[in-house]
Order: sequence, then C-alpha cells, then structure tokens
Amino acid sequence: MRKLLFESLIRRPLTEPRPPVSDAAMAELAEAIERSARRRLGRSLSIRAVDAGSCNGCELEMHALSNVFYDIERFGLRFVASPRHADVLLVTGPVTRNMAQALERTYIATPDPKWVVALGDCGRDGGCFAGSYAVLGGVSKVVPVDLHIPGCPPSPMDILKGLLGLLDGVNGEGRVS
Amino acid sequence: MMRGEMSTLSDILEKGRPVPHHAPWARAIADADLWISAARALSEGRLILLGLWGEESSVHMALLDEAVGAIGVLSLEGLEATGYPSVAQLHRPALRLERAIRDLTGLEPQGLPDSRPWLDHGRWDRRYPLGEREVALPEVSPYAFLRAEGEGLHQIPVGPVHAGIIEPGHFRFTANGETVVRLEERLGYVHKGTEALMAGADLIRGAQLAGRVSGDSTVAYAYAFSQAVEAALGLVVPPRASWLRALMAELERLANHLGDIGAICNDAAFPLMLAHCGMLRERVLRAADAAFGHRLMRDRIVPGGITSDLNGDGAAGLRDLLADIRRRFPALVELYDNTTSLQDRTVGTGRLRAGLAREYGAGGYVGRASGRGFDARQATRYPPYDSLVVDVPVLNDGDVNARVWIRIREVERSLSLIEQILDRLPVGPILDAIPSVGERREGMALIEGFRGDILVWLRLAPEGRIERCHLRDPSWFQWPLLEAAIEGNIVADFPLCNKSFNCSYSGHDL
Repeated sequence: MRKLLFESLIRRPLTEPRPPVSDAAMAELAEAIERSARRRLGRSLSIRAVDAGSCNGCELEMHALSNVFYDIERFGLRFVASPRHADVLLVTGPVTRNMAQALERTYIATPDPKWVVALGDCGRDGGCFAGSYAVLGGVSKVVPVDLHIPGCPPSPMDILKGLLGLLDGVNGEGRVS
Repeated sequence: MMRGEMSTLSDILEKGRPVPHHAPWARAIADADLWISAARALSEGRLILLGLWGEESSVHMALLDEAVGAIGVLSLEGLEATGYPSVAQLHRPALRLERAIRDLTGLEPQGLPDSRPWLDHGRWDRRYPLGEREVALPEVSPYAFLRAEGEGLHQIPVGPVHAGIIEPGHFRFTANGETVVRLEERLGYVHKGTEALMAGADLIRGAQLAGRVSGDSTVAYAYAFSQAVEAALGLVVPPRASWLRALMAELERLANHLGDIGAICNDAAFPLMLAHCGMLRERVLRAADAAFGHRLMRDRIVPGGITSDLNGDGAAGLRDLLADIRRRFPALVELYDNTTSLQDRTVGTGRLRAGLAREYGAGGYVGRASGRGFDARQATRYPPYDSLVVDVPVLNDGDVNARVWIRIREVERSLSLIEQILDRLPVGPILDAIPSVGERREGMALIEGFRGDILVWLRLAPEGRIERCHLRDPSWFQWPLLEAAIEGNIVADFPLCNKSFNCSYSGHDL
C-alpha cells in the first residue's frame, strides 16, 4: 500500500484537467457553478439519485462521475444519501407503477428550493418501455421535471453537460425543459 | 452425452411428448405425474432448475442434468386457471418463480406454500398481464412480511429508495442488537412488463428490449436473445460476428468485475481500491467506446450477427488496455490481500454454504465461491468458446472474501480470453440476413454474463415476430441466497454482503 500511495504522490493525477475555455461543456459548467449555484445554493449542489425503474445503465454512468477522470465533487456537485439533504433529484427510468409512490414521497421529502433532472431516454417518455401496463412513461408523469438529459445511457460527460443546463435554469428562475 | 446412456433428464424427457422445432435442446410435454417426478428429481438434487415460466395456459421448466451436461425443457400445456402442481412445494428455489407466474398469468401453483404476490404490488392497471383473463383489480393491501419473534428483536425497514446510487428494493431486517436474525427481501419495484412488450414485437425491437433487461449485462442479454433466435431459425452467424460477440462479453465482464471489486472494498471502508479499480473500469469503457462505438456496447449484438465491426485502431486500443490492466492490477490484488483492516471485514463475512449454492443452482461468482463451478461458457461451449481456453475458478469458503477472489481470478481469465480472441479473430462479414422459415419455431440460449448464466427462451410466429419471450436473470437464484448468507452477520455488514452478491434488481423484476 505504501508503494501505491507513494506513487500517487509523485505521479501526475489522472483527473482530467479543468478543460481550456474552448472545451465548452466542462468550462461552462465550472463557470456556471461559479456564477449561479453559489448565489442560490452556496458552494455546492447536492444530488439525490432515485431509480424509478431504470435498467441500471444510467446508474453505472452516474457512478462513473465519481471516478478519478470526472471527479464530480471538485465542482461542488455531490451525491447525498437522503432526499432531505438534496437540492436536486436525479431520476432515472420510465417510472414503473410500483415505484411511482416512492418517487413522489422522495420528492415531497426534498426541501425547497429543489429541482428534478430526468436522466436517460426512459425518463423522458418511457423510452422503449412506453405503453407497458407496468410503467407510467416518464418522470414528468409523477413530479415536475426541470431538465431532461437524453441518452441510453447518457455518458458521464453528457450528464455533466446536462447539469449545466439545469444551473442556467436555476439562475434564470425558470423551468428549462 | 453418449448415445444410449440413460440420465435423469433424458429419462424424464423420453416419458413426455416431444415438441418439434425446439432448438438446440429438447422440449417435451408432460402430464402432471411426470411434472411432479421432475420436481422430485430437483428436490433430490439429481437435476438443477434453470428456469420456470408461464404462458396463458402453459408452464415450462428448464432443467440441467449436471452429471452429463444435458439441458432440456419440460412443459405442462392446456392448463385452466385452477393451475398446475407447484414445483416449489417440493423444491424451494422455485418459490419466487411460481409467485411470479401466478402474478403474470393467473395460473395457480397448486400446493405452493406462499399465497403472497411477488411482482404485482397491486398498482398495475390490470391483473395477469400475460394471461389475458378479465379480472377485477384487487384492493392494495399491506404486504405481509414473514414474522420473527423473540425477546429483544426489532425490525429495520430499508428501501425501496436506498442511500447510495443503487436500484430500488425493500429489505426488512429483523435484528437482535446488531445481529441480523432474519432478512426478507421484497422486490418487483422496477417491474417494467418487458415480457409483455416482447409479445408481438419484431426481432429488432426484441433485441433492443433484451439489451435493457439489466444495463450492466446489456451485451450478455442481447447475446442470449440473439442466440435463442438463431437457434430457433437454424441460423449460424458469421465466424467474425461470433468471435466479436465473445470479445464484447468479456469486456463487459471485465468492466463489471473491476468496478465491483473496488465497490466491495469501498463498502468495507477502503476507498483507495475503489479509486484505482474505478480508474481501470473507466479505461475499459473508453476502450469499448473506441472499439464498438458505445461505452456499454449496447445494441451492438442483434439476431444474425453484430452491427459494429472492430477496426485496427479499436483492436490496438484493446491491446493497450490489456497491457495497462496487466501492469496495474497485480499491485491492487496485493493491496487487497495484504490490508488487514480490509481482510478483517471480508474474511468469514456473509458465508454461503455450498449445499445451498448447489440446491439453488447459483451461477456466477456466487456459485463459484461456494464450490459450484458451473459456467455456461464451459458447460455448453457455445461458439467461439468451443475453441478458446475457458478456465473456471472455484473456491469453497463462500464468504465475501471468496467472492472477491473469484472476481479477481475472472478478471485475469477475461484478459486472457480477450487476448486469445484478438490473436485469432477471423475475417469476413459480421451480419447475416434473417431467413424467413414460414413456421412456428422455438429457441433457447444459455449465455454466461458476468453475474452468471442468463437464460432466454422464445417462440417465433411463422412470419417471424416474437410470440413469447422469457428472460431469466441469474439473480433469481442468488437473491434468496443473500437472505441466507446475511443471517447471523451484523447489520453494518449488509452493504458489504449485498455488494459481493451484486444481484440485479432490474434483471429480476423485468
């Protein structure tokens, strides 16, 4: 272990650098958080993930946001363990009928001001599960959605880009989707 | 199996009425007595239950005779709502499968010792979605959890919304202080009605749905679905497609094992492993993206072949990946093995007895860490694994540590398989047209995903659409074992045990 830790001291970090201004997505995200989120939410945005029937593909890419390449926490964005600690609900899945009540209760348990991001193609309209007896067909059928991030699943970079849109919405006081 | 050699399975199938156009393994229609004798063979350990599923008026069980490596399907047809003789009354691994059959088709498993629903939480807009019987919706009543009584016992309800980024399910712990006396799972929250959507779908949509049963196994599911279609139609895919399918399957296995080894250690409060393993996992996904155009390689496998070929750059990227993981992974294995605080958490924790793993036919690392060495790649040797060296690691301790070690060994095996495939990849086309056969056909496949063997069974209509498709996740036979493994452990070790099993909620709930 000492060798590994020592190597970490002398080796350059793997975390991809805050991109130059030309890399629109990451730079704008970082900048937008500087401007908008700090004003409304202080220095951080707390995200509570809710799986409302996803295939778990979106969850895999959400996990990836925390790896050393993306290191989402350096932007002040972090995943929290309870809706009571959250500013944002990041919801995946076509919303199964069996999860609708749990999603609604999670939303109610989240203090204001709060925003909802629907992640993935299923979260928008049910995706390929739309029309099933067991799904409602999209997050907005149960709770108001501020932003949809498309993809099946969206890549970690897509998710970061999407959060930029949300932060613009937070800044502009309106729903952005 | 040698011709003329009698085995439990062939003996049972021969007593039934053979069904034509079912491939690659035989299916026979049974009477109630034969059905019960098969259930008895399961309960006596002479056969392993691979799957149990229903249709409007029939039920099917897929059976494995491990002694001779044979597979077959036994069916009861022409059933009324009064149902069929329960398998679970003799063989308990069938319990949840039969509760699901009742919820989906309305067929009553006669003698089933559990009358509670399983997937149906009373919230769908209909009952018996695969049974098409008109019945009134029931009142939503509270789910009756099993009781555990005694002095000082208390209950801890957890979920369906959990603290981490994980799928929804409910866990009801009964504990005495810190010690878990009983865990009862309640699942079904992510039931999407996939099998009902399959009915009437064309093959392209079928492959798309199959690839969304469990996102972490999207390759394995599309692989299994496509292979079942090809078995039904008697189609042999081009060799290059077959080899690239296996390449994707091994990359998927590699990515999942790397991610999970890190996550298990993280649940034992050792995030250094998560950081390093997470880095390796990300590199696998990036190499997969460069090689096949999607990080999870979703929608790349379709009936007839694959949709995305591997070019020289992609192959070179994969070779770099192999070299990188081989350079970095041994130090992480050493770190895992030599960190006493980590070993203290994983050794002896969440022990699953070998007898239970065998009874439930547990696949994947759950089975292999508890002495059951079944691996579909080795047992059925579907191409291209028939020409690759597949070496299956088996341990007997059955604890979290053993499950971690199986995954470590499988990372090494997958690296070797990827190298073998890259070295010997045939050239040629990657996609064949689907022939029109003009008659009803049935097909089946058993594919080894990272979590264990995935079973797909389907029937195609004469014009080629899907009439019925059943997809059985390995988790069906692993979830119940988690309940057994956690008994007597402390509540705080549950996340660790759970992650070491890493059952799929979506794959199970379907």
